[in-house]
Amino acid sequence: MALVTTLLRSRAAAALASPHGVDHYLEQLNPMWAAHDVRARVVAIHRETDTPGACVATVTLQPTGTWRGHRAGQYVQVGVDLPGSARRMTRCFSISSAASLPGEQITLTVRAHDEGQVSKFLVHEARPGQMVHLSQAAGDFTLHESAATPTNNRLLFITGGSGITPAMSIVRTLLRDGYDDRANRKVTFLHFARSEADQIFAAELAEIAAADNHVDVHLRYGDQTFSEFELRRLVPDYRGTDTWVCGPGGLVDLVQDAYDGADRLRVEFFKPPTVSTGTAEGEVSFTRAGTAAANTGASLLEQAEALGLRPEFGCRMGICFSCTATKTDGTVRNILTGEESSLPDEDIRICVSAPVGDCSVDL
Amino acid sequence: MTTTLTRDQLDEFGRELDAIRQRVIADLGEEDAAYIRGIVKRQQQFEVAGRALFYVPPAWPLAVAALSVSKILENMEIGHNVMHGQYDWMGDPKLNSRIYDWDNVCPGEQWKYSHNYIHHTFTNILGKDRDVGYGILRMDEDQPWHPYYLGNPVYALALMLFFEWGVAMHDLEVENLVKGTREWEQNKALHAGIMRKVKRQALKDYLLFPALTGPLFPLTLAGNASANLIRNIWAFNIIFCGHFPAGVATFTEEECLDIEGPNGPEESRGHWYYRQLLGSANISGSKLMHLMSGNLSHQIEHHLFPDIPARRYPEIAVEVREICERYGLAYNTGPLHKQLLSVAKKIGRLALPTRSTSQEPAPVAERAAAA
Repeated sequence: MALVTTLLRSRAAAALASPHGVDHYLEQLNPMWAAHDVRARVVAIHRETDTPGACVATVTLQPTGTWRGHRAGQYVQVGVDLPGSARRMTRCFSISSAASLPGEQITLTVRAHDEGQVSKFLVHEARPGQMVHLSQAAGDFTLHESAATPTNNRLLFITGGSGITPAMSIVRTLLRDGYDDRANRKVTFLHFARSEADQIFAAELAEIAAADNHVDVHLRYGDQTFSEFELRRLVPDYRGTDTWVCGPGGLVDLVQDAYDGADRLRVEFFKPPTVSTGTAEGEVSFTRAGTAAANTGASLLEQAEALGLRPEFGCRMGICFSCTATKTDGTVRNILTGEESSLPDEDIRICVSAPVGDCSVDL
Repeated sequence: MTTTLTRDQLDEFGRELDAIRQRVIADLGEEDAAYIRGIVKRQQQFEVAGRALFYVPPAWPLAVAALSVSKILENMEIGHNVMHGQYDWMGDPKLNSRIYDWDNVCPGEQWKYSHNYIHHTFTNILGKDRDVGYGILRMDEDQPWHPYYLGNPVYALALMLFFEWGVAMHDLEVENLVKGTREWEQNKALHAGIMRKVKRQALKDYLLFPALTGPLFPLTLAGNASANLIRNIWAFNIIFCGHFPAGVATFTEEECLDIEGPNGPEESRGHWYYRQLLGSANISGSKLMHLMSGNLSHQIEHHLFPDIPARRYPEIAVEVREICERYGLAYNTGPLHKQLLSVAKKIGRLALPTRSTSQEPAPVAERAAAA
C-alpha cells in the first residue's frame, strides 16, 4: 500500500497525468482513492439536540488515506455538493473528536443554522456512504503541550453554543491520553448554552464532571451570561491561565474585555454570513491594500479603481473572469442578474458585483 | 458594418437576450453538473483505452482513434468551456476556470487572456480582435492586401496542421513584434509559461508514454503525434467555421461606439449582442457533431453567452433564431461541408487583392431581407 502511495505521488505519475494530476483519474475509479486530495465518506450521523431551527448532529467521517491527522482544537474545511443546485459549498468546522492520526476517523459536531446551507445539509440531509470534500486540518487554537507528558499548568476553556467543539476535542484528547488527577493540573470548562435542551454532549460532560479527574465542568443556561465577576471566582488568576475561548461574537467580546489583552487568551471565531440590507450603505474594504471607503453602490472594480487600486480586469462586463477576486465578508449583488450573495470567502467577478452594505474583498 | 437596427430596437434586442441569459443561469443545477462530470468520465475512458491499446500493435489505429477522441473532447467540450468559466458556479476546483488547464501546449492562463478577454470582448472588430486571421492570414476584405498574403492558403494549411502550436504562440503577437509595435521584453514572461507547458506536454506524449510501451516506443510516439495532429485538424476546421464563412460581418471600432457613456462614446449592450450575433456562424448537424465540436457548432449562442454551459446552446438557439427573425437579422448556419467550403473559398479569394467593391458579398441584413 505504501509503495502504491509513493508511486502515485511520484513525479513520474504527475508527469503522466499532466496537466490534470493523478487525483483527476483516481477519483473516477474510487472516490476513496487519492494521492493528494482529501475526501471523506460519511460513516454515521448522530443527533445531539433537537431544538427546532438549531438541531445539532455529530457526523463521523472516514477520511481518505491522504488525511494527515489533526491536533485537538483544529478545524477543517468541508465541501459538499448541495443537492438540486449542484453547487459546492465549503465551510470550516472544528473537529470535535480527539486528536487523530493519519487516515483515522474524525467527528464534526454541527449546528444547523437557518442561513447555513452546509450545516443544514450535514445535519439533515447527509447519509452514511456519501462523500464530502475536506482540507487538511488547520488552525492554532490547540493544546501545545502533550497530554502524555503533562505539566502542572492550569487550563481554562470558555465556550458558547457550538463553540464547544474544539474545546471538547482538547478535553477528550487529554482524557484519552492519560490525563488524570495525579498530574495535579486543574482543567476548568465553562460553557454557555441557550437552554438545557440545547446542551451538546450533555451526558458526556456529566460523566466527565462526575469522574475523579480534576476537570471542573460549569454549565450556564439562558440568562446566565458571562461575567468577569464569576470567572474571577472560578479561576482567580484567570489572566495568567492558558485560556481558550470559542463561541458567538458577544461572548468572545466579553471575555476579551475581561482579559484586557492578556496573552494567555486564545480566541477562535465563527464567521456567520452577514445579512443584506438591500441598500448601498456601509463600508467597502480592500483588505490587501488596507484601504476602505464608503460604499458608493458602484461595482467593486469601479470602487477599487476610485481608491487608486489597479486590480486586474478584462472585459468589464462579466464574461472573461479576469477580475475574479475573493470576497472575504459581506453581501454583493450581481449587476447582471440582481442575485445577492452573502457567503464568506466567495470568488466573485468584481466588474459585475456591487456591494450591498459592508463588504471586504481580498484586493 | 453599421447597424441596421434603430436605437430602441437595439435596446429591446439586448433586453430580450439578457432575459434568456438570466433564465438559463437561474436554472443551472444538477443536470448540468452531472452532464459535465459524465463527459469528463467518458473522456478519461477514451484516454485510458487509447493509451492501453498501444500495447497491442494490431490495434494501433483504434488506439489513435480513442486518443484523438479523448483529446478532442478534453480540449473542446471540457477545456474550452470550463476555462470560459461555464462551470464556475459549481464551485468544484476541478472544473474551475481559474484552476483548470487543458491537454494542449498552449498554457490555459495565456489562452484565457487572448480568447476570453480579447477575442470574446472585441469579436470581429478589425484591429482589436486578433482572432481575425490570427495575425498571419487575410480573412477580411478590409484587411489591406499585401504580397505576403499570396501565401494565404499555405499559411492556413500550416496553421491547421500545427494548430495547437499556433494557439500557443498566439499571445506572443509575433506580427506586432515584426511591425515594431510590441517589445520583445513584453514576451519574456509568456515565453517561460509556454516553454514550461510545452515541456510537460512533450514529456508525456513523446517520451514517457512511448517509453512505457518498451519496444513499441516508435509506434506509440507516432500514435500520440497522430492523435495530436487529428485534434489539430478537427479543432482548426470547427473554429474557422465560427467566424469566417461568407456573410459573417466585421466591424470598425467607430461603428461599435453607439452610445454616449460617462467617459465618452461606448458600445451599448444591445450592440454588443448584435455584433456577436452577426460576427459568428453556426454549423448544423447531429448531436454527436455538436458534442465533438464542444458545442462550438453553436458559435452564435456561445458568443452571446460565453459563460453559460455549452450544453444549453441548442435549447437557447431556438429562441435566438426566433428573435433574429423578428428583427430581420441573419442567423448564419449551415452544414459543416458548406461552411468549410465557404471558408476555403474566402482564404483563396483574399490571397489576391480585392478587385472592386461590387465583388463583395451583400450586407447581411439585406440578404436576410431578400431571403
